[in-house]
Amino acid sequence: MSNWDRFVETFFNAKVLARYWPDIVAGLWVTIGLAALVVVSGLVAGLGLALLRSLGVRVLNWAIIFVVDVFRALPPLVIIVLIYFGLPSLDIVPSGFVSTWASLALVLMAFAEEIFWAGLTAVPKGQWEAARSTGLGFGQTLMRVVLPQALRITIPPLTNRTIAITKGTALGSVVAVSEILGQASSAVSNSYNPSPLTLGAAAYLVLFLPVVVFGRWVEARFR
Amino acid sequence: MIETFFNAAIMVQAWPIILAGLGNTVLLSLLVVPLGLGGGLGLALLSTMRSPWVRWPLMAWVDFFRAFPPLVLLIFLYAGLPFAGLELGGFACVGIAFFLNTGSYYGEVFRAGIESVPAGQIEAARSTGLSRLQALVWVVLPQAVRAVLPDLLSNTLEVVKLTSLASVVALPELLFQARQAQSLTYNPTPIVAAAVVYFLMLWPLVRLLSRLENRAIAGRR
Repeated sequence: MSNWDRFVETFFNAKVLARYWPDIVAGLWVTIGLAALVVVSGLVAGLGLALLRSLGVRVLNWAIIFVVDVFRALPPLVIIVLIYFGLPSLDIVPSGFVSTWASLALVLMAFAEEIFWAGLTAVPKGQWEAARSTGLGFGQTLMRVVLPQALRITIPPLTNRTIAITKGTALGSVVAVSEILGQASSAVSNSYNPSPLTLGAAAYLVLFLPVVVFGRWVEARFR
Repeated sequence: MIETFFNAAIMVQAWPIILAGLGNTVLLSLLVVPLGLGGGLGLALLSTMRSPWVRWPLMAWVDFFRAFPPLVLLIFLYAGLPFAGLELGGFACVGIAFFLNTGSYYGEVFRAGIESVPAGQIEAARSTGLSRLQALVWVVLPQAVRAVLPDLLSNTLEVVKLTSLASVVALPELLFQARQAQSLTYNPTPIVAAAVVYFLMLWPLVRLLSRLENRAIAGRR
């Protein structure tokens, strides 16, 4: 057998690929579900915190800033391990999926709050004053005048950050979530062949390459 | 709850283990940050070439490694390559994975910086007799780095946080050591301690970045 044949036999083994293909596809769906949950809950929570911060209650703002700093400074894997291995001591036993979701959502929340807040403060004061003088209330001014302008400037940094955090779903494999990497790793140890890992890598590319290219486009479009 | 998460007796027992982990995390960061910076700088300098034969493969390379979750890359090197008879060990795998992944991110940051320097700068430098490479390194690069300093710092923060992935391939850095201590003591205090150590170590950088970024986003208007 030539070297090339052996390479193909090892990393692109047709028999192994055929056997574990459905597992990887199942993992792909778990990854997509987890990513979608993280993106939605993280962005909503981040926007919520930024709006809460715009109320200008000093003690509340200190608390928000501290929480944001904590989740920006801690590595996501550390938060996952903390939730998954720590909470059971309080008789709360979160699954790996819930631990990963909660951790990544908290991290995205922190980064999103920072970006939304920077966007809100970038809107000139005159906009507030003009809107209020037309008779709009605080909430109306915030939601209808300031927020739409703020969101526009936050789109490029927010897109890139969201993509980077979403890739963290692979960390779930450390706490036994059967997403792509988890499925691929267990298939490798069952088949004693790395082809499922090749397939898993391909699945990540199929999923994230369009997203990365989209991020590049957004960056250019909204500059 | 204090007994469980902030147990003093266990803390005393676990502290030397955690401290050794912290030392390794710092060493690992000192290795992988320059590795990524170097790789990124190389990519960015290459991307200044006009030829589409350089630009397009380069962009594909960068997007490829930005699309790959770093943990997937690391596992592929660590668990996949041995099947091809290439046993690299955890340390080398972390080095290579970080070079490829974080190098691509740093590369994008440097490229944005270089593109922000007006073309007149390089023309003026060339006209004084500097070669293309000299003009890039001595005239363009210093201005480029200044322009993207917040992004470079922010990326470096992410790289240091990312060193926690090395625990998956059994490098005895902070998270790995904390998990070892946790399984020895049957108590989550060591993990809480590791989290506190990470936070104290990185908080100053987070504060600084938060200021710089606020200014940058406000300046986009």
